[in-house]
Amino acid sequence: MTIMISHIFLQHYWWIIISLLASLLVFLMFVQGGQSLIFSLPGNNLHKTMIINAMGRKWEFTFTTLVTFGGAFFASFPLFYSASFGGAYWVWIAILFSFIIQAIGYEYRSKPANVLGQTTFDVFLFLNGSLGPFLIGVAVATFFTGSQFSLNEMNQVKWETPWHGLEALLNGRNLALGLAVLFLARTNGLLYLINTIDDPALVSRSVNKLIINAIAFLVFFLFFVITLLVSAGFAYDQVSGRVTMEEFKYLHNLIQMPPVLIIFLAGVVAVLYGIGITLFRANRSGIWYSGSGSVLAVFALMIVAGFNGTAFYPSSFDLDSSLTIYKASSSLFTLRTMMFVSFIVPFVFAYIWYAWKAINNKKITEEEMNEDGHVY
Amino acid sequence: MFENVDLALVNWSRAQFALTAIYHWLFVPLTLGLSFIIAMMETIYVRTGNEGWKRITRFWMTLFGINFAIGVATGIILEFEFGTNWSNYSWFVGDIFGAPLAIEGILAFFLESTFVAVMFFGWNKVSKRFHLASTWLVAVGANLSALWILVANGWMQNPTGMVFNPDTARNEMVSFWEVLFNEVAVSKFLHTISSGFLVGSMFVVGISAWYLLQKREYFLAKRSILVAGIFGLLASFLVAYTGDSSARTLAKVQPVKFAAFEALYQGKQQAGLVAVGILRDSGKKIGDKEVNDFAFRIEIPGFLSVMTGGDRDTFVPGIYDLVNGNSTQGLMPVSEKMERGKKARDLLIEFKESKKNNDTQRAESIAATFRDKTFNEEYFRYFGYASLEKPEDVIPGVKVSFYTFHIMVTLGFYFILVFALALYFLYKGTLLNNKWFLWIALCSILLPYVAGELGWVLAEMGRQPWIIQDLMPVNTAVSQISSGSVITTFVLFAVLFTVLLIAEVSIMIRQIKMGPKH
Repeated sequence: MTIMISHIFLQHYWWIIISLLASLLVFLMFVQGGQSLIFSLPGNNLHKTMIINAMGRKWEFTFTTLVTFGGAFFASFPLFYSASFGGAYWVWIAILFSFIIQAIGYEYRSKPANVLGQTTFDVFLFLNGSLGPFLIGVAVATFFTGSQFSLNEMNQVKWETPWHGLEALLNGRNLALGLAVLFLARTNGLLYLINTIDDPALVSRSVNKLIINAIAFLVFFLFFVITLLVSAGFAYDQVSGRVTMEEFKYLHNLIQMPPVLIIFLAGVVAVLYGIGITLFRANRSGIWYSGSGSVLAVFALMIVAGFNGTAFYPSSFDLDSSLTIYKASSSLFTLRTMMFVSFIVPFVFAYIWYAWKAINNKKITEEEMNEDGHVY
Repeated sequence: MFENVDLALVNWSRAQFALTAIYHWLFVPLTLGLSFIIAMMETIYVRTGNEGWKRITRFWMTLFGINFAIGVATGIILEFEFGTNWSNYSWFVGDIFGAPLAIEGILAFFLESTFVAVMFFGWNKVSKRFHLASTWLVAVGANLSALWILVANGWMQNPTGMVFNPDTARNEMVSFWEVLFNEVAVSKFLHTISSGFLVGSMFVVGISAWYLLQKREYFLAKRSILVAGIFGLLASFLVAYTGDSSARTLAKVQPVKFAAFEALYQGKQQAGLVAVGILRDSGKKIGDKEVNDFAFRIEIPGFLSVMTGGDRDTFVPGIYDLVNGNSTQGLMPVSEKMERGKKARDLLIEFKESKKNNDTQRAESIAATFRDKTFNEEYFRYFGYASLEKPEDVIPGVKVSFYTFHIMVTLGFYFILVFALALYFLYKGTLLNNKWFLWIALCSILLPYVAGELGWVLAEMGRQPWIIQDLMPVNTAVSQISSGSVITTFVLFAVLFTVLLIAEVSIMIRQIKMGPKH
């Protein structure tokens, strides 16, 4: 038991929790994906209202997962929080801006006297839907491509470019992951709509849109994964405490951690299966396969970023400033305390599942949109 | 290692955080209070089956939704600004501060966000009892989220339950319970949520009064005043009680802040509590800081001593005693604290150099010193003083502290009166005959917001220059970014928040004018 709750065990345990939250966040960004389609998908105003109401009933899950992801990262790996947020200032601020305008976008768009007009709030939803997943994808890609920062003896961060995070947008691999996350969100958004809306015309339009979005996702995802596997990675030597560049590091990680490789492949297959049964068998439950697949694939990528002697937040400016799960983590006491708190998570999942089912047990219909209830 | 920072950067970073916090606090208290009021109303509906109560519940729920969205939006920024604008701070205390934030997400936010969807969309989809349970869980979730962020804030005002680790150059938690049950956190939580209850209650009473003035929605208005009046009156007493215990705690853990909000310069026994006062510049100075005295004041003799120590003979230290020291009362001068802080800091620097030079013996010896209880009590507890330039830096804005405190307290007593009168006139059946009171109730809607914001200004400006009391001043806590970047984001946030506030108020007013639609 003593071994089980060693500091190293807890550092790995908390990286798994962070990876799980990140993967759930990517799945739940189907809400953003749906928002990014509100100008191009609907054939009429009713369709638009249905799309927004389908997504609007779930936006808080994505939002809360993002907040919890931030809080859990702060608690378990505070050096990442201080180094990345305080350094890559503009990327995180841009992500924040895109999320501020989401909540009010839903609640205010159809309310009388909303000052800015419905179109403005719809544009807010579109911006959050497009920029949110893209920027989060770009930020996460730096886990593999590195950032320009250094740490002093007191672990205080200094960003070594005046762009404070915007330079990440100049890296093709970062852009590829950003676009892959965006098109995955759109793909999952379409699959969710197909599953939850009872309107044949809108479902048919969603299926048509699914083809191009799924292809775009695959192109960018494959580009990112292939370049990731053939590129050098940031390897951490626990004995010397040094970080060095290792050829094919991430490929090695997958090979040296077979369960992670299996999870990754299972995830990719599940995403493809979810898309496939929707396109070729007119099955409406593709979201559950694609969603589960997204969770598995992202989870595996996050494990690849942090496990097996890898720096999860590398500095390409000063390799030794790179963050590993050992260097960036909270103390043994804090991680252990937080571990007990994390035991509540299954209970949280259980009530989310119960409430989700209770709300989704009836599909969204035209009649419901015209009822006198809480309609966005 | 401990570099000088751009003061403009510090000030703009503070301004940005203050702006976000002030806007956030315009929306959160209504969520805290209104969620419970709605839950009580729905409970009455479920128990009585009276559709009128359902109509009342749904009306207030619509207003709740409008406010809830913008509260959530501003909340996420605060969480991330700890990292974006205060990265040194994030590392220095992340081991302690992060845990409450994460627990807030896992325990409170998911509860709130899961069941708020059922609350809004579940009327025709789930059973009455499940819906009612969801409404209560939203209220509990909202208030639980306040608990964890206030635990974190309480720790900043009174750091406890941790040790400093020179190896990682940060504070590390050693007792979760000490952090959770920190006396500042406990009184701050109770004081804050009860002030939220008060905001929600006054909002409901004020709008109901408007309906009565408009001679419409009598059923809704009178029953809403009944529920919110009782809840508001109880909340007002709780606010007064917790405010008093909060002040007692501050006198102990943040004596300079306490002296500043009473504008007490010269400490004394039988110190009086200023009930009303106007400050003026005395022409004297402590270092480069002006000293104020009273142009006018009404004082309750001896009450400040009684409040802080339980009897009139308790010595209440003034700003002079706390800055210059008072050997009779065992108060150390700030200059001495600065010296001790510098010793702790120099030792940390020596530790880092020893590590760099592979002098493990010396490094281990210093690490042992940092674990030593006496060193912590006599030196490390003054660590932040090493970064001060001069002793008078520990004095916060006395005028700001004094006026915010006294206006807040005065408003607190005023709220008790308003709720008591509302219930009295309702009981007597004379609400409609007392239009003057209905106007007062309507005009009072904004006052609890004012009191709440003043409370936060007092709490945060009153503890300057510290971001963590005695351990870290704000000027060493900021992220190393350009002040131009922060000015840009400050302006962007200010414009966006203001536009959203205008939209929110406009929608809210229209919904109130439209009244319940079900």
